Amino acid sequence: MDPTDTADPEYFHKVVDCQFACPAHTPVPHYIRLIAQQKYTDAYLVNWESNVFPGVLGRTCDRPCEPACRRGRVEEEPVAICRLKRVAADFKDDVAEQLPKAGKANGKKIALIGGGPASLTVARDLAPLGYALHLYDAEAKAGGFMRSQIPAFRLPETVLDEEVGYVMDMGVTAHFNTYVDSLADILAKDYDAIFVGSGAPRGRDLPSLPGRQEADANIHIGIDWLSSVAFNHVDKIGKKVIVLGGGNTAMDCCRTSRRLGGDEVKVIVRSPYADMKASPWEKEDAIHEGIPIIDNHVPMEFVVEDGKLVAMLFDQVEAVYHEDGRRELKSTGEEPIRVDCDDVLIAIGQENAFPWIETDIGIDFSRWGLPILDPESLQSTLPRVFFGGDAAFGPENIITAVAHGHRAAVSIDLFCRGEDLSQRPAPFVNLMSQKMGIHEWSYDSETTDDARKIVPLVDLKEALNDRVLEVELGFDPQTAFVEAERCLNCDAQTVFEAGNCIECDACADICPTSCINFTQNGPEDELRSRLAVPAENLDQDIYVSQTLQTGRVLVKDEDMCLHCGLCAERCPTAAWDMQMFFYNVAKASPNLVRAT
Amino acid sequence: MSYLKPKFRHPNLPTNALGYTVADYEGSISTLCAGCGHDSISSAIINACFQSSLEPHKIAKLSGIGCSSKMPTYFLGKSHGFNSVHGRMPSVATGASLANRGLTYIGISGDGDTASIGMGQFVHLIRRNVNMTYIVANNGCYGLTKGQDSATADLGSVSKYGAVNPFDGIDLASLAMLQGAGFVGRSFSGDKEQLEPLIRAAMSHQGFAFIDVVSPCVTFNNHQGSTKSYAETRENLDAMPLDFVPMREEITTQYDPGTTQGVTLHDGSVIHLHKASHEYRTNDRTAALNAVQMATQEGRILTGLLFLDPNSQNLNQNLNIASKPLNELGKNELCPGSRVLNSINEGLR
Ligand SMILES: Cc1cc2nc3c(=O)[nH]c(=O)nc-3n(C[C@H](O)[C@H](O)[C@H](O)COP(=O)(O)OP(=O)(O)OC[C@H]3O[C@@H](n4cnc5c(N)ncnc54)[C@H](O)[C@@H]3O)c2cc1C
Ligand SMILES: Cc1ncc(C[n+]2csc(CCOP(=O)(O)OP(=O)(O)O)c2C)c(N)n1
Ligand code: SF4
Ligand code: SF4
Ligand code: SF4
Ligand SMILES: [Mg+2]
Repeated sequence: MDPTDTADPEYFHKVVDCQFACPAHTPVPHYIRLIAQQKYTDAYLVNWESNVFPGVLGRTCDRPCEPACRRGRVEEEPVAICRLKRVAADFKDDVAEQLPKAGKANGKKIALIGGGPASLTVARDLAPLGYALHLYDAEAKAGGFMRSQIPAFRLPETVLDEEVGYVMDMGVTAHFNTYVDSLADILAKDYDAIFVGSGAPRGRDLPSLPGRQEADANIHIGIDWLSSVAFNHVDKIGKKVIVLGGGNTAMDCCRTSRRLGGDEVKVIVRSPYADMKASPWEKEDAIHEGIPIIDNHVPMEFVVEDGKLVAMLFDQVEAVYHEDGRRELKSTGEEPIRVDCDDVLIAIGQENAFPWIETDIGIDFSRWGLPILDPESLQSTLPRVFFGGDAAFGPENIITAVAHGHRAAVSIDLFCRGEDLSQRPAPFVNLMSQKMGIHEWSYDSETTDDARKIVPLVDLKEALNDRVLEVELGFDPQTAFVEAERCLNCDAQTVFEAGNCIECDACADICPTSCINFTQNGPEDELRSRLAVPAENLDQDIYVSQTLQTGRVLVKDEDMCLHCGLCAERCPTAAWDMQMFFYNVAKASPNLVRAT
Repeated sequence: MSYLKPKFRHPNLPTNALGYTVADYEGSISTLCAGCGHDSISSAIINACFQSSLEPHKIAKLSGIGCSSKMPTYFLGKSHGFNSVHGRMPSVATGASLANRGLTYIGISGDGDTASIGMGQFVHLIRRNVNMTYIVANNGCYGLTKGQDSATADLGSVSKYGAVNPFDGIDLASLAMLQGAGFVGRSFSGDKEQLEPLIRAAMSHQGFAFIDVVSPCVTFNNHQGSTKSYAETRENLDAMPLDFVPMREEITTQYDPGTTQGVTLHDGSVIHLHKASHEYRTNDRTAALNAVQMATQEGRILTGLLFLDPNSQNLNQNLNIASKPLNELGKNELCPGSRVLNSINEGLR
């Protein structure tokens, strides 16, 4: 293999598994260290710069970082990255003064259609540059699905209001209660660019299932029903409720039903339990609230008696997995199962819908109804119009919407300045030695053995009696410290200087997880198979040094490295050094908050 | 500075015949200087015991005084250990091996501990053929006391303080061969591919097995002018590679004919010596002594299995010591009573 080029910032970025997995590339270990140091405000600001909604995300994020976390590879559970983010939000001081203000007007005007996290991120990134920002939303407040869909028992309104407020307070002009029914009309106004962050607002139905029409009064589309609950148009449901679907929307529907009078709430899903789309923790939360999840049941019919819904019939199925990866749900041939119910909530997915975008104004859509975009700049086929969030590539999550927002803001700024959209600004990177003394590092290199801490909950009975009572209590500072110390500091990089190495083997001998090898070079596959413990995790890179004096190379498998610094401590010639790597995605506005 | 090694190990660590991973053979974190050759030897011992599937509680580690003699703390944390007085490990080892012949004995010493203060004891250990593996971590100096020349420092080697050594160094491997040791090897701490099988073979040998390991002292003897630095040792190394196949394993590797010779140990294990083109004969003591002498004259450090007599009679066999460890003998066996005493006395009349 060729020697690894660590000058390419993406190499070390990939080593920081959590940050790499985060769509917005939040510097996770950096903020976790700040939490351990009780610098909650700084930890919050680091987050706010990256993901705009730390308090919201610390409660609701889909957490792509946690399955990626290295700690989950060396022991059972990853670091509770998400709930530590909430700690930063819970214990911070007043940050208002430290946030940027609207910049001096630059004469450019941008329309933002939809007030969800994507649009709000674009606004946050562009406001300090002096753009006039006009935000249109059909609802009375900004927040999008964070407000209309995510139940208050998971996300208190005060938390949302605070963080939406930080953005709106940067001089954003709101056009609330304004449904945009024609993009052509907006184009006709003198906006320099338009950002579409209108989400994926249409819930899927089961229109042709027998009984659907007759039982309509007691059948609700999940996302419509959740927003009716959120906006206090609906405050009760029948005693027996069936929720159809296996995603996170289904989990929010069933838990909300339990709080609105549903005594016997069941989730019934077509697929096997393990294949359900809902995050494992959302499923656990539902089960904890006494909601059974019945899998392998395909809806057959709404049973209507005397003009009223009384039950549903289901076909029992078995999942058969074919070699090409296809899954088939095969009927077991048994009698259909009847489940009695008063109401049914259909939560089987969302779709994009752009009835308000005229077909003849130059915005091309794919066969699946999604806009055709440049994947990097998010520019549509009409150069002035950009998309982001769920409206861009279909339903995702808040953190993806934020990541899109950052990218779109960069694009819009380049566009308005007449520059080339493909010349993206490079990320900000920094690499700094942590050496303090002979064997002393300025980060806490010791690895702790503690198991993952569990977030305490309010009393179940109380929770079920109050739709807006937050279920999770969050970590207290002591628990947060223990949890923060579980982080392995994957951004403390092992940096190797081949010229200094005398091949004494000390690093290979000490490494607790057998990452380091001195061996002959070879093609990657073969080299991976020859290491002390073969490097079988192909998602993780192996580092290959320049050729050493004996003609061998040093090969380090990044997979299990604990970033404990022992290799560097045992190295007599400082061929190894522990260097802190900081990586920050370029935003339209540099220096959004004071650097920590 | 870290005083604890993290608990986590690679989840895919291989296991041996006993179901142990190499982590089960580790000791405390080393306090030796970073980069000390001795740590590599510790690691080679850990790997050797792991690969040979030895039960940790059936191993005893013995040492004297010196950085090298501190090593047993850093490997085999679940084995027995005795850190003796300077140069006096041989007498402790002799006693232990007589008392319990069921254990594998690993003696760790330094060139000071062995070739200076312990020389007298060392020679008698060989002469008596005590059943043990004796490793000298040879750095040509007294590391622990800040790097004075030791008795193995080569003639002309320059100390860290600039003094040229005016004396000929003692070659412990030649001495051991001359004195009749049944197993004599030499290696280099930076050559684990050779050192590990050599240690495994030594532990299988049923008698005194001596390994002289060049083990650079990074702090006091790794400068230009030193003959035992990493760079100088690598420069002059003439390594005879080998493999070790324990008796219970099938020999699967195929070697090209004429490149390898196999030597079978008393317990059925086989040592494969490569580079037969050297026409090196491990069973010829005189030839081995000659080869080492030749190499030294030519400035080469000849490493590998230098001499082996697999059938030597060890101390326990020679003295016809009880085959069971003393601590397993019952009261009746240890104190057979007046009838046996009388019969002994009868025999002496
Ligand atoms: C029930 C449910 C629970 C969820 N839970 C989570 C969770 O816990 N964590 C997570 O990360 N994600 C969750 N999501 C997904 C997440 O809410 C969305 O991915 C995210 O909000 C998308 O952001 P966005 O900015 O693209 O648009 P949205 O948040 O969807 O906002 C779009 C806004 O545009 C407005 N709008 C649309 N069309 C027009 C128009 N023509 N004129 C004016 N206004 C318009 C809408 O009123 C809405 O306010 C959940 C989704 C659902 C349905
Ligand atoms: C009876 C006695 N005399 C002298 C000493 C001082 N002393 C300690 S270690 C040592 C030499 C150790 O040299 P070596 O065995 O080569 O070990 P190294 O530190 O080089 O590995 C000496 C002379 C002592 N501890 N005890
Ligand atoms: S251990 Fe810490 S730095 Fe490493 S992936 Fe997990 S959270 Fe991120
Ligand atoms: S920091 Fe060094 S010693 Fe620690 S696990 Fe990583 S490679 Fe091994
Ligand atoms: S002084 Fe020399 S022999 Fe002792 S630990 Fe340091 S490097 Fe090793
Ligand atoms: Mg010494």
